[in-house]
Amino acid sequence: MKLIVAIIKPFKLEDVRNALIRAGVVGMTVSEVQGYGRQSGHTEVYRGAEYQTNFVPKLKIEMVVPDEVSAEVVEAIVEAANTGKIGDGKVWILSVEDLVRVRTGERGAEAL
Amino acid sequence: MKLIVAIIKPFKLEDVRNALTKAGVVGMTVSEVQGYGRQSGHTEVYRGAEYQTSFVPKLKIELVVHDEISAEVVEAIVEAARTEKIGDGKVWVLGVEDLVRVRTGERGADAV
Amino acid sequence: MHYNAGDTAWVLVSAALVLFMTPGLAFFYGGMVRSKNVLGMLMQNFATMAVVSLIWVFGAYSLAFGPDWGGFGLVGTLHFFGLAHSSQPVPGYTGAISQHIPPLAFVVFQMTFAIITPALITGSIADRVRFGPFLLFVALWSVLVYAPIAHWAFDPHGWLYRMGVEDFAGGTVVEINAGAAGLAIATVVGRRRGWPRSPMPPHNVPLTLMGAGILWFGWFGFNAGSALGANNLAAHAFINTNTAGAAGLLGWIAVEKLRGGKSTTLGAVSGAVAGLVAITPSCGFVDAVGAGVIGVAAGVVCSLAVSAKFRLGVDDSLDVGGVHLIGGVVGTLLIGLLGTMATNGSNGFFYGGGLGLLGRQGLAVLASGAFSFAMTWVIAKAIDKSVGLRMAPEDEFEGMDTALHAESAYDFGGSFLRSLGGGSMSNAQ
Repeated sequence: MKLIVAIIKPFKLEDVRNALIRAGVVGMTVSEVQGYGRQSGHTEVYRGAEYQTNFVPKLKIEMVVPDEVSAEVVEAIVEAANTGKIGDGKVWILSVEDLVRVRTGERGAEAL
Repeated sequence: MKLIVAIIKPFKLEDVRNALTKAGVVGMTVSEVQGYGRQSGHTEVYRGAEYQTSFVPKLKIELVVHDEISAEVVEAIVEAARTEKIGDGKVWVLGVEDLVRVRTGERGADAV
Repeated sequence: MHYNAGDTAWVLVSAALVLFMTPGLAFFYGGMVRSKNVLGMLMQNFATMAVVSLIWVFGAYSLAFGPDWGGFGLVGTLHFFGLAHSSQPVPGYTGAISQHIPPLAFVVFQMTFAIITPALITGSIADRVRFGPFLLFVALWSVLVYAPIAHWAFDPHGWLYRMGVEDFAGGTVVEINAGAAGLAIATVVGRRRGWPRSPMPPHNVPLTLMGAGILWFGWFGFNAGSALGANNLAAHAFINTNTAGAAGLLGWIAVEKLRGGKSTTLGAVSGAVAGLVAITPSCGFVDAVGAGVIGVAAGVVCSLAVSAKFRLGVDDSLDVGGVHLIGGVVGTLLIGLLGTMATNGSNGFFYGGGLGLLGRQGLAVLASGAFSFAMTWVIAKAIDKSVGLRMAPEDEFEGMDTALHAESAYDFGGSFLRSLGGGSMSNAQ
């Protein structure tokens, strides 16, 4: 099994979710994160003083998938999250040693 | 490639970011998390009722780096985040199987 | 003694309006600080209401408006300490300015001014002052700084008043005084940790806008109430107050636009407050044109003045100097040009009155500003050297709300984790 982690632009969540559903992935975990990379944040002005935010709001998506579909799932995410502009994010893949479904106690690929 | 995950005290973010920049790392993802460990939280009092929080606000930093600099980056984070008081956090390193930059589709080490 | 029921009613209502300005100020400031310090800011303002209310009754009122001590026009005596002799008329208010309200109505009306003036100072020392020593500062400052300056400019026996200085509702006594004091205490306590390198933007601009709305509303009591009667002069002050606030709002956002930026909401309310500050001394002495000019001048000048703190290196956190000192100076000086007998008082330069009034106004600006700055610096330094005024660095990082008051303003999800067994609750009493 693979853990796929994607950092994406928040407004792309809906597209990514639809792409994942088409790819047969039904579950994921989403969290709000702040990204710091090549993209710079926005500027706010209070009484003439400028505040430049270095961090940019992003979403982090995590899901565990079977080995054989992982390449395809990554492809689906990348395609759906792509805008061609800086700050589109990254996807990385980690291998998962074991997995348990809490309700049933099923383990490994069964728990997917 | 390695995924480095660090849990740090929030006020150390600036120091850690500077240390990472010096180590040549430009991107990272930050999320607000709540830690529960040896450090205890603060006490709030509302009309005589005392609320003791055990969870302490922390930041989680994640970044993917090349294998050969990962030890050095971990060292930089640890050094910058250390206050020598309880609750300084932890850093762990995971192996990354693959990485994709969403905008360009670059893969593996090229996408770091 | 015959009291006029209409006058009395208006002054009592005005006192309540002005008292409401201090919570308004608390929210105005509270929105501008970081979220970990908002309760600390609110607490300083609310506690100032309590401390000054008592100090005023027991001493400060008498020092400000009691029979003049020695005939110098510097300070009153303790004749009215504890509101003794409160059936006697307030000294000096005779002839054309004789009061038709109970002396106690005057006491409570003036009390609300004495409250908001030290409350204004909290803006310059946001996020970094210990609570107990702050209360001590407010108590000493009310007696040693506010009461004397109020005597100088508001009491008919005061030396500025006798000289013919015109300050209708507190350009010197409230605005310049608070602004100069704010700069003095800010230099004593020093900058917030990280200022100006780390960003410290406002955490809740809507709270600030709500506070500004309360201030604008209360300012009608502040200025029109200072006529001490329900009369034509009060109506002049009322409309002039509104005109200047409106002009100040537009003046500030016009500058933002002309400098290539966007019109901001914080700029809009800052401009309104600047206009209201500047019309405070002048509302009872100018006409509609004067009020508009004073308002727009304050909006423009203050919007430029607030960045001076970065060049001076003084962390006047919420611009008490840039808005209240500078706005107060603009309003006090412009009486010398725009004052008109058609409203009240003397003619300024543009109305054929010569330059004498402008000179007197200038002297009042210097005297009140210098005295306030010097005395405040001494009081703050004395407290800092003895009990310590500045918070410990770790407390300052944690924030005033939990470090000083054991509370947090916003609980978005924190209670969720606590309910998971991540904490405990007990009765501390």
